[in-house]
Amino acid sequence: MSAPITPGAPLRPLIEARGVTMRFGGVAAVAGVDFTLGEVELRCLIGPNGAGKSTFFKILTGQLKPTEGTIRLRDTDITGAEPHAIARLGVGIKTQVPNVFNGLSVHENVFVAAGRRKSLARTRAIVDETLTRLGLTGIARSLVGQLAHGQRQWVEIATVLAQEPELILLDEPAAGMTHDEVHRTAALIREINRTHALIVVEHDMPFIRMIAKTVTVFNQGRILVEDSVDRVLADSRVRDVYLGKQAA
Amino acid sequence: MTPSRPSPAVGLSLLGFLATLALGLAILFGAPRTLDTFGLVQCTGFAALAMFGLSQGFVWGFAGVMSFGQAAFLGLGGYAYAVSVINLGDSTLPVLIAIVVPMLFAGLLGYFMFYGRISDAYIGVITLTVSVILFQLVNATSGSQYRIGAAELGGFNGIPAIPALNLPGHPDEPLDNDGLWYAAMGALVLAYVLLRAVLASRFGRVVVAIRENETRAQLIGYDPRLYKLLAFMIAAGVAGLAGCLYANWGGFISPTVFGLSMSAQVIIYVLVGGLGTLVGPMLGAVLIQWLIIAAGSQTVVDSNLGLGLVLVGFVLLVPQGLVPVVRGLLLRLIERRTPSRPAPEAGGALATERAR
Amino acid sequence: MDLAGLLAFNVVTGIATLVLITLGLGVIYGMMRIINLAHGEFMMLGAYTAVMASGAGVNIWVAMLVLPPLVVGLIGLVLERTVIRFLYGRMMDTMLATWGVSLGLIGLVTTLYGNVVRGVSTPVGSFDIGRYGASLYSLVIVAAALAALVGMFLLLRLTKFGLILRATMQNPRMAAALGVAPNRIYMATFALGAALAGLAGGVLAPISGVSPAMGAAYIARAFITVLGGGPAIITGTGLASGLFGTINELVSFKTTPVIGDVALLAAAILLIRVLPQGITGRYLRRSL
Repeated sequence: MSAPITPGAPLRPLIEARGVTMRFGGVAAVAGVDFTLGEVELRCLIGPNGAGKSTFFKILTGQLKPTEGTIRLRDTDITGAEPHAIARLGVGIKTQVPNVFNGLSVHENVFVAAGRRKSLARTRAIVDETLTRLGLTGIARSLVGQLAHGQRQWVEIATVLAQEPELILLDEPAAGMTHDEVHRTAALIREINRTHALIVVEHDMPFIRMIAKTVTVFNQGRILVEDSVDRVLADSRVRDVYLGKQAA
Repeated sequence: MTPSRPSPAVGLSLLGFLATLALGLAILFGAPRTLDTFGLVQCTGFAALAMFGLSQGFVWGFAGVMSFGQAAFLGLGGYAYAVSVINLGDSTLPVLIAIVVPMLFAGLLGYFMFYGRISDAYIGVITLTVSVILFQLVNATSGSQYRIGAAELGGFNGIPAIPALNLPGHPDEPLDNDGLWYAAMGALVLAYVLLRAVLASRFGRVVVAIRENETRAQLIGYDPRLYKLLAFMIAAGVAGLAGCLYANWGGFISPTVFGLSMSAQVIIYVLVGGLGTLVGPMLGAVLIQWLIIAAGSQTVVDSNLGLGLVLVGFVLLVPQGLVPVVRGLLLRLIERRTPSRPAPEAGGALATERAR
Repeated sequence: MDLAGLLAFNVVTGIATLVLITLGLGVIYGMMRIINLAHGEFMMLGAYTAVMASGAGVNIWVAMLVLPPLVVGLIGLVLERTVIRFLYGRMMDTMLATWGVSLGLIGLVTTLYGNVVRGVSTPVGSFDIGRYGASLYSLVIVAAALAALVGMFLLLRLTKFGLILRATMQNPRMAAALGVAPNRIYMATFALGAALAGLAGGVLAPISGVSPAMGAAYIARAFITVLGGGPAIITGTGLASGLFGTINELVSFKTTPVIGDVALLAAAILLIRVLPQGITGRYLRRSL
């Protein structure tokens, strides 16, 4: 598996971004990004703080409307669509700062996520399955706002899974987790990837090594390099941007 | 996997519902047997205003919509009933009109507010402004040229001699004092049960979820604008029904129902009773109205002064309101009586840690 | 032609009135992000100050233009120290508390002076625009509005206090790090906003009935103008007053003042559907 994976190689891309640019005032947080992800592919996004990864996620999920460029999800142009509309097309996201319903119980959080346009029986089945899968059954009745940070991350991942998306975006899923929790998260991501496409933003290199096949490196709003995990981590340019030097 | 045990709060919530329902029914059938006519008529007014409190408690406490002009819907409901019953005679359709007109108005206003994505503070200001301007508008309808069918709007004098409710099809037999009591209190109990059902439904859970975190609700695929709009319209319908009962209670309605102090009073009901409960705003309404009447017999101090002090005092000192405070005390009492069981949240989290 | 002249005069007066009744609200909202629901009652207190002072024999100009801002500014200062300062960062609670203050002030004034309408006589006469007579007092309103607007601009632009205000507005923590106590600034801002409301009440006292509930007649227009104007205090108040004042006067002229207010509200709701942050939320963001 050492051959470079060229973007757009899968027969039918799941998501395809072309020339996506996001300017805030005079600053381009994302500048002309072309990005393609295949069906059931797992991609890691890395890059220093401020490289534009989270902004790119916000554009993919409709939380920000790009200044330029187009995004297609299969055959649908989703550029500038409302977040709820994109979510209904099958995109789920765990955001960097946990977005959960603090005043509701763990069970209610997952129930609300699972229950959109499904029968009650089906919803209940999804909720039970998701809670079991993530080991949250024991705290199902607890208020999410009173849980530890790591647990809240898991609740958020549970809500994302419960909405049964086809593409899952995870923004720093391992942040603030214990060593043990990080391992469980990596195992979970590999398991999800058997049936779903994922894009994962992370800074934790050992974690990246645990899950990644292909890695895309962002720097200053652009894609610096996109290659297999081994080559990317051996790339001197990648080291330079992480150490704060300017890439050539 | 061990089945999760419901926390005391969940059990208490169901208990609270049943207790409130039982209390409501007991008052409904008990009051005519124990009170004199004057007391019963006074309680009919309390029921109408408790319904108004219910509407504010739902939209503000559960949907998180800062409607500071709920009096607009109370007034629209009252005037819609008065105008249509004067024209139609039979009161059945006018009651529906009193519910539907405020809902449609809320739909129009809410569309601009929620689909414009304006901030919570702006929603408060706009709703308040709308009620003030409706007040000014209705206040300026003096003269016989301002009439809808047979009903003269009457400007600041309002509409007198509004026909009372009647049994469907019998417009010549208006309800007496007992009948109006049963109608008002029965409607209040029914509205409470219906709103509890709405909150327990999937729609209600999403409404509360959006209050908790609008971004997450969107990212799951719900359109917060639509849910807020619907919740706003439901609350407007309840307020409209309250306005209909209020007009029936006095047989009279005037622009003061649209006034700022009406919107302020209902905010105070909710704040005193407890934001985030349905029973709190109803109790708050009765308590505050009773205090206003009790204070009304003296002429030294204006009642607005007392209301203002209550509002400032609760915001500063008891922002959660009375019902949640009492409920918290009850919960602590229950937990102390069952010491073997750890606190629900901490216990659940610990159990999971051990399971790992 | 005479009619057009009168109409133009009325539009300018309408705009000036909006500026006067909005500026104090806009200062507190722009600087502190607090919507002061007691704004109308601050105006009412200003009007009462004018009535009481002129009744006690104070020169009418002093009673209208000098005492109301001083008295109401002081009242604002006291309220900020006793109520508002405990609620910073809790937007909803500050709105509720100021609403409570509003009710309390109405109740207090009713208790002290009774629920009756008082008045001050207009200190100047009238003049003719062609065949129509117009009140000279309108010119006083226009002058007061201009003076308030220009004064605020100079205060923000030229003084050290203005610089600190602008810095705190931009970034409270940064200002704190530079040794400026944000609490002091908020206190001063709230008093300044109250003083401006007091001035508006004093200036408008001769042309409006002075009663405990008079604030309600003004706040709808003041709120609409602040929402329409957006975060920039002076530019926002100026632009929104210009837009809404014109609409209000023209519609009022064709119909009645009440319909004029309805048109104002409709225009504002349409405006915020397009510009949810008000005019200066989208355009001219860096202005004052």
